[in-house]
Amino acid sequence: MESFFSRYRNALVLITILLAQVIGLAVQVRRPGASPQDKGGVRLIRSWVVGVVTPPERLLHWTGRGIRGIWSGYIGLIHVRRQNQQLKAELGQLRLQEDSLAENARQAVRLQALLGFQEKYIYKTLAAQVIGASGTEQSHVLLIDKGSDSGLRPDMPVITPDGIIGKIRDVFRHTSQVLEISDETSGAGVILVNTRIEGVLRGDSWGQPQIVDVSPDDRIKPGEPVVTSGGDGIFPRGLAVGTVQRVLPNPEGTLVDVLVKPAANLSALEEVLVVTSTGSQIPPAMQQDLTQAARTADILAARLPSAGTPGTAPAQPAGATPAPAAANALPPPPPQPPAPRHPDRFSAGSVPPAADLVPGQPVTPIAGAATSGQPPAAAAPHPPPQQPSAPPKAAGQTAPQTTSAPRRPANPASKPAQSASPPQGGR
Amino acid sequence: MPLLASSRHEVGTHSHPWLVYVLAPVLAIGLQSFLSLHFPAFDLVDLPLLVTIYYAITRREPVTATIVGTLIGIAQDSLTHHALGVFGICKAIVGYMAASLGVRFDAENNGSRLLLIFAFTLEQTAILWLLQRKLLGQPFAWHWIHELLRAVLNSLVGVILFAVFDLIRHRE
Repeated sequence: MESFFSRYRNALVLITILLAQVIGLAVQVRRPGASPQDKGGVRLIRSWVVGVVTPPERLLHWTGRGIRGIWSGYIGLIHVRRQNQQLKAELGQLRLQEDSLAENARQAVRLQALLGFQEKYIYKTLAAQVIGASGTEQSHVLLIDKGSDSGLRPDMPVITPDGIIGKIRDVFRHTSQVLEISDETSGAGVILVNTRIEGVLRGDSWGQPQIVDVSPDDRIKPGEPVVTSGGDGIFPRGLAVGTVQRVLPNPEGTLVDVLVKPAANLSALEEVLVVTSTGSQIPPAMQQDLTQAARTADILAARLPSAGTPGTAPAQPAGATPAPAAANALPPPPPQPPAPRHPDRFSAGSVPPAADLVPGQPVTPIAGAATSGQPPAAAAPHPPPQQPSAPPKAAGQTAPQTTSAPRRPANPASKPAQSASPPQGGR
Repeated sequence: MPLLASSRHEVGTHSHPWLVYVLAPVLAIGLQSFLSLHFPAFDLVDLPLLVTIYYAITRREPVTATIVGTLIGIAQDSLTHHALGVFGICKAIVGYMAASLGVRFDAENNGSRLLLIFAFTLEQTAILWLLQRKLLGQPFAWHWIHELLRAVLNSLVGVILFAVFDLIRHRE
């Protein structure tokens, strides 16, 4: 017996070690729906290894960062002045855009409150340095230099200003593992911006992010932006994910996979933001921004009197006679729908108000409104009366537009859309 | 250029200062993690595998090589999100076979080193494929050109790395 063990000692040691590891693998395999976090000894081993490996990585990282800092802070400052001027000009443009978007944002918040929609806003983020990766092609995992001592917890979203990166997987004391969206075991709820098609984003075996198992749709075109849908309960809604690269048929069925080019450069990450706190109320900082933008818009509207409201007539040409001052003092007339080219009984203003109709009686068109070829509003002595039974939501929706009308001209797209849209059923 | 060992001198074992045995695996895993972050193509190189092979073919003790391979593999697993033991099993087998074959091959010869690293890199990928696809039921990307390229790249890096390790060893 002794000779057997001494003779096959090497092979027996190998078999024992392999058997122990296979049993260890079987213990670690998780059932579907179980928590993805490691437990007990596995977590301890990972913690030890990360604790040993990360200090030299931190050293290398900070050394490289210092060298880059010296280069970019002292040597590479040749075109800074010109770049500064460009950035200032860009900042002015962005402020104008912000003014035009602020009212839309306020309206969206109001409507969400009316609908009872639970939006998640980012309250607080924590910047972290990326100090390492898994080092293998099969695992798209990053190591960051913040851990449980900084308040990080598993499943916190990790983002950059460009787009989402992934989520926290394992948290150690001073470091954490981040599972990238390019990993095949990851998953993020996303939505295509134009087509409003929702899906789950995950990586394939080669690390290419894709929205899997999507119903075939010809409207999905390369270049369409993809954002988070908020349906996964991890990423807040509306964060940039990337753009559609191409659509491939799914080999396992009739569905398709949509390949996505990530908005953030996943292969060159240095600093990321961990979303440590979210909430359903609009954060104070954003509220302050919106208020500030509104004030700026008011000042702009006061200083630029030529900027008309959406309901007013378009700006007159340079040679036109200016309107008298008394006319300017009157309130602006309500917006008029364009005249129908071939008026019929469906044209706006061609039928009496709903309050005057009798059930069962045929509708008698208003004389001259549908046949004269004039706009209904011009044919009638007064504009069409407001619907008395309008819901409170619609009332709340229209009021701010009226009060905020001077702020709208900064958005050139909204003006023609409001003035040129034909009335419903006008054909 | 004879690749097989033909003299007692060629099958002699070598050792390094004990600090090298501790630092080399740690540095290999740390550098692998750091460099693949900044140079994504570095994922093709497997420094922990090269350290395992070098240790095995210079020490030529299958039991020790198996244990060292297991420890290095489990440490490598710890940086991934996979279950611990996937790389552990791969590197245990590679360490065992490299130590067993190291007796027959001339471990000083660059040609034999090139061939051994090429073969063991492919072997590790094959074991990984078996473990991931068949045992754990997880997807595993496989492309012959990619794997051959990886094996060639590891062989070239390994020959250079082994030459660096040779500078700090002493013959027993």
